[in-house]
Amino acid sequence: MAVVQFSEEKLNKVKEIIARYPEGKQKSALIPVLHLAQEAFGGWLSAETMDYVASLLQLKSIEVYEVATFYSMFNLKPVGTYLFEVCQTGPCMVSGSDQIIDYIKNKLGIGVGETTADGLFTLKTVECLGACGYAPMMQLGKHYREHLTPAKVDEIIAECRSKANAN
Amino acid sequence: MGRKLLLDKAHIEGIRYYDTYRSNGGYAAAEKALKTLGPEGVLDEVKKSGLRGRGGAGFPTGLKWSFIAKPEGVPRYLVCNADESEPGTFKDRYLMEFIPHLLIEGLLISSFTLGANSCYIYIRGEYAWIPEILEQAIAEAKNKGWLGKNILGTGFDLEIYVQRGAGAYICGEETALIESLEGKRGNPRIKPPFPAVKGLWQSPTVVNNVETLAAVVPIVNIGGDEYIKYGTGKSTGTKLISACGNINKPGVYEIEMNISVEEFIYSDEYCGGIKNNKRLKACIPGGSSVPVLPANLLLKTAKGETRMMTYESLADGGFATGSMLGSGGFIVMDEDQCIVRNTLTFARFYHHESCGQCSPCREGTGWMKKVLQNIENGKGKMSDIDLLWDIQRKIEGNTICPLGDAAAWPVAAAIRHFRDEFEWHVANPQESQTRNFGLAHYADPLPAPAPAAV
Repeated sequence: MAVVQFSEEKLNKVKEIIARYPEGKQKSALIPVLHLAQEAFGGWLSAETMDYVASLLQLKSIEVYEVATFYSMFNLKPVGTYLFEVCQTGPCMVSGSDQIIDYIKNKLGIGVGETTADGLFTLKTVECLGACGYAPMMQLGKHYREHLTPAKVDEIIAECRSKANAN
Repeated sequence: MGRKLLLDKAHIEGIRYYDTYRSNGGYAAAEKALKTLGPEGVLDEVKKSGLRGRGGAGFPTGLKWSFIAKPEGVPRYLVCNADESEPGTFKDRYLMEFIPHLLIEGLLISSFTLGANSCYIYIRGEYAWIPEILEQAIAEAKNKGWLGKNILGTGFDLEIYVQRGAGAYICGEETALIESLEGKRGNPRIKPPFPAVKGLWQSPTVVNNVETLAAVVPIVNIGGDEYIKYGTGKSTGTKLISACGNINKPGVYEIEMNISVEEFIYSDEYCGGIKNNKRLKACIPGGSSVPVLPANLLLKTAKGETRMMTYESLADGGFATGSMLGSGGFIVMDEDQCIVRNTLTFARFYHHESCGQCSPCREGTGWMKKVLQNIENGKGKMSDIDLLWDIQRKIEGNTICPLGDAAAWPVAAAIRHFRDEFEWHVANPQESQTRNFGLAHYADPLPAPAPAAV
């Protein structure tokens, strides 16, 4: 198991975040630092990662666990390299998100919450992401992919595969 | 064309950057506020403007600001609520992406008025690309002397920070947002004490929505007296409406609150009518929490008056025959949409988003989801409809925060106005799996007097 340790650059970022709050209020940095940790350590938060974040912010581990388990963006188990988070709430539903979710399931041969055997793709359904006018949509990494159609989903999958091959 | 106050310059190329924003009149309001009006002067203008909170509750902003406690030696905070998560709502995202300096200028004026030297923008975690846009705008503003120490030589200091959430609708509730900003689970606090007295780190705090804080800029520019000339009655100024669903032109529109719902849906200036020449069946005019209305109650009130895009007119008739302007998340449904399925998605949403502190909400939202799932899947019983009614009634008003009410209202309104459709689902379990109930009588002219509530 690799040692959980931020790079010098990330450690400086953590310091910069803590400096945003008054003295002694470094617990406020918890959510931003968990985002950094999830990015740095494989797209999910293991117990080791959470313990590391606790030590950085001088918190008890339980304070980190209770926060990490509350917020839906923190993944508590490994996910594929490309996480498709497809919105399924009312406005997306009336614009055809059910069909898009079915299409992705068939195309990738996985169910919701599952990862493809090659570890490339995970499909997750999520609740409203605030892109209702551009539905159906999904989050992929930092950005939104909007106005989804089966053809557009094909393009996105191809794009991810070619990125993965290039690495 | 309706007049605009927030997005009038949003389409100018480069308006995202300081130089363009400044050369188009940006930061003139900040200069006026800091050098001429002073904190009391700004507060007077905001009170005169009648500005109401744009996040959904519609509470008068000037009044909220006047509640802030000012104990000696205790810092005060302004927190900008950018945790835009109410289904149907995507207006703040637009404002932050396209004209971030308008928000930064609003934060400067508002912080100055409240005497806050630190301001936090709490933005929903999924809007992961927007913090960079805001941080760049903050850096530009700081570089030009609008943030930092001794701004414009007035002795006023201000720092603005951006904090990302991590996926929790509940953090749009102001006390849950404060908890989250303190690095905790987003569990709403019991009020009182209100944030104005004990908020962030137990200090006096004002939490306002993005659009509300941006609206302070035109209010200072043109004055409160001029601002009230936009809009109608107690719905002063302009409102951003994010329109979505089965319409030709989904998107974010700034409206003067003096147009009719019919004009908003059908005119080419706004939604451009129903997509694919279908007919209008229903609409949720203010975000998923507010009551859904059938077409016939949406365009006209139960009294037969034209329904307007204002706080008062959308609420006309109370929950029996009206709805709310809410956050301005305007969700339009055509004749092919199924109210049961739509209601189920919202029940699932609120169940997912309940923080779990209060049992009526934690348990009730789950039960509503399961009962709706049964009806939707052709396994419902007639008594389930009354059961749903009963559950929502037991959630409403029995929780620490308004999420319980927000979960109860969509279910109540769906049954109140679309009971026939629920009954049809139960009576036709097989047919309901292959086709929808359709438009039925929901667009028919209303008989007088209006139907009573269930």
